[in-house]
Amino acid sequence: MNAELVSELKAPLRRAATRARIVSALGPTTALGGIGWALVQPYRITLLHPRGQGFWWLFVEPPLLVIAVALFFQFAVLPGLLEDLEEEHATAE
Amino acid sequence: MQPPSEHVHWLFATGFLLLGLCLLGEVIVGTEVWRRRAWRKYLWPGLAFALGVLMWPVMTFYTNSAIHMLAHGAWAQMLMIAGAAELGLARGKLQSQWWRLAVTAGFLVSGSALLVHEQNSWFFQRSSFLHHLMGWTIVIAAVFPLARAIRPRSQVAAAGFALTFVVASVMLYCDRDVAPVFGHISELAGQPHR
Repeated sequence: MNAELVSELKAPLRRAATRARIVSALGPTTALGGIGWALVQPYRITLLHPRGQGFWWLFVEPPLLVIAVALFFQFAVLPGLLEDLEEEHATAE
Repeated sequence: MQPPSEHVHWLFATGFLLLGLCLLGEVIVGTEVWRRRAWRKYLWPGLAFALGVLMWPVMTFYTNSAIHMLAHGAWAQMLMIAGAAELGLARGKLQSQWWRLAVTAGFLVSGSALLVHEQNSWFFQRSSFLHHLMGWTIVIAAVFPLARAIRPRSQVAAAGFALTFVVASVMLYCDRDVAPVFGHISELAGQPHR
C-alpha cells in the first residue's frame, strides 16, 4: 500500500485517540483539583469537625462537591461519549 | 431551613462546573459525536433553563434590597429565554442560528445583574469583590456566545464559552458571606465568619 495513503488513514485514528485521551483526563483533573483544595483548606470540609454545625454546613461541602462532579462526569458521561467517539470513527473508516 | 447565601453560591458553582465540563467535552469530541445521544443534546439548554427557574426562589427568598429582587428577577427571565431558545434550536423547532444571540443577551443581563446588585466597592469584602469580578467576566465573555452565533463551527468560541462556566464556578466556590479579600475588609462588613 502507498505509504502516503497509510499515513493519511492513520491521521484520523490518531486524532480520535488524542480526543479520547483529552476528554478522559477531564474527570481525573477535576477530581485532583477537589482533592488538592481539600488538602490545602481542610476546614472547608465541615464533616471533619461536625459538632455544632447546622444542616446546610454539613450538606454543602465545596471540595467534596467538586469531586462528586468529577465522578459523575467520569462514570455517567464519559463511557457513552467514548463509545460514540469510537462508533463515529468506525463509521468514518 | 433557608440556606446561607454562600451555600446557594456553592450549589450554583456545582451546576456551573458540571455544565462547563460537559461543554468542554463537546468541544473536544465534536458536536456531531456529542449529539449522538438525545440527553446530551438537551443537557446545556435544559440546564440553562433550569438555572433560570432556580433563580426565582433566589429572587423570592433573598430580598436584601429592591435592587437584589429586580436583578435576580431579570436574570431569571433572561436565563429562561436563553435556555428556551437553545432548546428550540436543539429540537429543530427554531432554524435560524441568530436565536443563539439569546445566550449573548443572557450573558449580558447576567453580568449586569451581578454588577448592579452589588452596591459595595470591590474591596468591601470577598463577596463584593467576587460579584464585581464575575459581573465583568461574564459581560466580557458575552463575546463567546456572540462568536458562536456568527461562526457556529468556531472551536475558539466554543472553548471560550465552555471555559467561562468553569471560571465562573471557581469564582462562585470562592464566595463567602463575610470574609477578607487580599487582606482587605471594610469595618462596616461585620465580623468575618472564619
